[in-house]
Amino acid sequence: MSAPTLLQVKDVSQIYKTGAKAFTAVRGINLTIHEGDFVALVGPSGCGKSTLLRIITGLQQASEGSVLYRGKQIKGVNPQATIVFQTFALFPWLTVQQNVEIALKARGVAPVERRERANALLDRVGLDGFETAYPRELSGGMRQKVGFARAMAVEPELLCLDEPFSALDVLSAEALRSELMALWQSGDLPIKAVLLVTHNIEEAVMLAGRVVVMEKEPGRIEAELRNPLAYPRTPKAAEFVMMVDRVYGTLAGTTQPEHVEMGTAPGQPGRTRGLPEININGLARMLEFIRDNPNHKADIYDLARELSIDSEEAIALTEAAELLGFAVISQGDIALTQTGTTFVETTTLDRKPLFAARIERIPIFKWLLDRLDSAPGGEQWEDIVEELAKDFPAEEAEHQLDIIVTWGRYGEIIQYDDNDGVISRAAAA
Amino acid sequence: MLRLTRIFAPAQPVLRRISGADAVVVLGIAATLWALAKLAAQAPTVIRGPDISLDPNALPLYAGLSITRMLAAYILSLIFTFIYGYYAASDKRRERILMPILDILQSIPILAYLPVVVMGLTAVLPIGFAKELSAVLLIFTGQAWNLTFSWYQSLTTIPTELREASRVFQLGPWMRFKTLLLPFGAIGLVWNSLMSWAGGWFALMVSESFSIGDKDYRLPGIGSYIQLAAKERNVTAITWGVLVLLVVIVGLDQFVWRPMLAYADKFRLDMVSSDAPITSWVYNAFMTSRIVRRIRRRIIRPVTEAIDSRLKQLFPVRMDFPQPIRPSLIGKFVMGAIGTLIVVGVWEGIRFLGQVSLNDWGHFLLGLIATFLRVILALVIALAWTIPVGVAIGTNARLARILQPLSQMAASFPATALYPLFLVGLLHVRGGLELAAMLLMLAGTQWYLLFNVMAGAQAVPQDLKYTAQLMGLKGWQKWSTFILPALFPYIATGAITASGGAWNASILAEYTTFGNTKYSTYGIGAMIARAQDKNQYPQLMAATLAMVAAVIIVNRLVWKRLYQTAEETYRMD
Repeated sequence: MSAPTLLQVKDVSQIYKTGAKAFTAVRGINLTIHEGDFVALVGPSGCGKSTLLRIITGLQQASEGSVLYRGKQIKGVNPQATIVFQTFALFPWLTVQQNVEIALKARGVAPVERRERANALLDRVGLDGFETAYPRELSGGMRQKVGFARAMAVEPELLCLDEPFSALDVLSAEALRSELMALWQSGDLPIKAVLLVTHNIEEAVMLAGRVVVMEKEPGRIEAELRNPLAYPRTPKAAEFVMMVDRVYGTLAGTTQPEHVEMGTAPGQPGRTRGLPEININGLARMLEFIRDNPNHKADIYDLARELSIDSEEAIALTEAAELLGFAVISQGDIALTQTGTTFVETTTLDRKPLFAARIERIPIFKWLLDRLDSAPGGEQWEDIVEELAKDFPAEEAEHQLDIIVTWGRYGEIIQYDDNDGVISRAAAA
Repeated sequence: MLRLTRIFAPAQPVLRRISGADAVVVLGIAATLWALAKLAAQAPTVIRGPDISLDPNALPLYAGLSITRMLAAYILSLIFTFIYGYYAASDKRRERILMPILDILQSIPILAYLPVVVMGLTAVLPIGFAKELSAVLLIFTGQAWNLTFSWYQSLTTIPTELREASRVFQLGPWMRFKTLLLPFGAIGLVWNSLMSWAGGWFALMVSESFSIGDKDYRLPGIGSYIQLAAKERNVTAITWGVLVLLVVIVGLDQFVWRPMLAYADKFRLDMVSSDAPITSWVYNAFMTSRIVRRIRRRIIRPVTEAIDSRLKQLFPVRMDFPQPIRPSLIGKFVMGAIGTLIVVGVWEGIRFLGQVSLNDWGHFLLGLIATFLRVILALVIALAWTIPVGVAIGTNARLARILQPLSQMAASFPATALYPLFLVGLLHVRGGLELAAMLLMLAGTQWYLLFNVMAGAQAVPQDLKYTAQLMGLKGWQKWSTFILPALFPYIATGAITASGGAWNASILAEYTTFGNTKYSTYGIGAMIARAQDKNQYPQLMAATLAMVAAVIIVNRLVWKRLYQTAEETYRMD
């Protein structure tokens, strides 16, 4: 670890204030990146990994703490850093060549040199012949190649990748990942370090030398795992699977006692547990899969692969199962509880009352049902969002109520009429 | 095609509930009106107008003058748009003040304040200049607002990642404007420019042929030519005048707007190729020309390069964290001064309004109702023919390809140019003015409804059409469950524009001096026009304010609800 330090994040917090309310996006972040590092940031959605990336590149100013680049505090956009974006962020009205050149033009490179450098980079990523094409004429994978070429055109020291492969199909993503790896390992790029933000755990383990696991509510760093595997890495290898398993284990955590797991009701002191966004039928499918395993127990990584869902979805599903008391998680494994087993064994129709009984125990539901019981005509959607906004940021409050209604509708205990915006108790069947 | 036709309705402001800010803006307008009316009273009592020649040989010059006025106003509108829209979109606090102002400004019927502006300006400026300036200002008010809304909307919908990319790659203010903001707003700006020119022609025709009593404010131009020709019942001159106006409008459409639309297609944000792009033979000829290509490579490219690098030095990149904007001392001072002026103006304005009798106020109220009924009637008549015709055209791709551009041109042709002709044809008939008024209102409104209906009919998903067929939906059932709901958002969009146009037209339509005779019918428009005619400034101000208030209230209470229901319930995409 004698490599020079490139970037230091010190006690960074990002707090959004709206009126009297304040929400913490990330809290107490400490992170150091040295020359030669390839660091991956993983975590569930809402853990603030994109916010952290924006703070590191200077797109956003942290409300607390400091970011040092080569020992100096950054005061704005860091000219030594660049970003490859999830949605490519190409200018649709510029050709491939112009999209790369624009970055050079902004730095005052003369036209002839600009063209040569852009051409060389496009050749390098395998886009020769496509110089005059517009982004809309390219496939997703090729568009992202333009994104990489543009990022490298400015010869950055710190290359930041914001979920660069998640908008691509599986094959393109895989191809682009190995090309990125080849470029990085060739060493003839001025890039000194790479910071990859991703929700895909396999991807993180495939590429990074260090995996930083983040947690949500509030966004924070849960653990930093060194990934010593030698390149090239093969996903089938036992060590690889073990490493992925470790990350999954850290991310999925361990099921806590019920009162800790469920948090408190909105408006009460303590943390209000938000509901994860899941596909309820997917949840049933996952529980069935676990039931079919020996001892009603499955490895989460295994489960994600077998059900062909990505790690983000797998984490959300296991979290929901945990919250509903259908399963317990420890060390990257998920096991059915008695309730979970009953749920899986019964018919689709009988699952509903069981599901209803479980969600009624969750504080956020209990709170809403109490409110609805004392308001016979039901309540306005906006009013409830406003209440929830005391515990969640405005957008998340809306999102949470969406999830609540979806779960409540499935359990047939809540109904919602979109025409008048009224949420009410469902009439007993 | 269908997606773009939808944009050929002005950008819609975010319609809100009536708020305190609205009241402040209306008061500000009242103060301005009062100041202008005060000035207008100082206007010279006799103003000699130009001698308008009915010789067709004079028409090219007149057309040139008219186009120049339009162009001057358009450039002014663009400058206003870029600055105002940028300020409104850059800061939440400014947005809260600037957007309500814009929303109300566009509700004001422009014909209501033509006289006070003209007269006020002639009181302080040389007459020739004052006349030209007030024509340009009037056209400006017919062009600017929808452009500004469109620009503001584009600015606020730029994807975050594109904004971030432009910061990470250090595009300075100029490059940002050129490669991000302007291309992003381009499609909206071009379509709204088409709308703006249509609105501009409407205003131009009126301002060129405006006169009150001994004050002749006419300007040499196509508008005054057609008006004089109609007055003298000179059929040859009328034909030439309308023909030249038609040539100008079609020419602009073919040589300016179509190529611009074809060019703007490049700036679509969606990442799929369009299957039916807008085509323009002029644009195609231009782009494939060798000479043009050489000029572009040899001259235009180096010149833009030089301009870019010059402007880049002029406006350097700001890399620092943006700091929250704090009002400067000068800003506070200016705001204070404006505030004081408004307070004084409002106070004086209220005293001014005190001269209006209760009886007059009663008439204004009844006049509002009468005009409102006329507006509604015009809308109903327009809907009655545009819905069946629009659906017939919209569901027939071949017909649509031909008729859509035609209806867009028809909408550009100013109804105000035809109005003198309606009068000549109808004034001697019983109830002729009533009929002419209705025709003017219709002529100005129906086209927007027509192509909105066409666009709506085209936007119905094919799957839904098949389903309706499979279910055997027929007749009224088919219309009520399937066609009308699909059209609803489009009709609501068209109706907002159409009713605004109708209110505005009422001022011209309900009261008119033709030859030496005055013709009028009962309505708020007539009351405004009569007050103008008789120099009754308190009444003029009161009636204008009454109309502004009515338009705002109707917009917010009726159209806002319809529009929102339409957007929420009947969206097909």
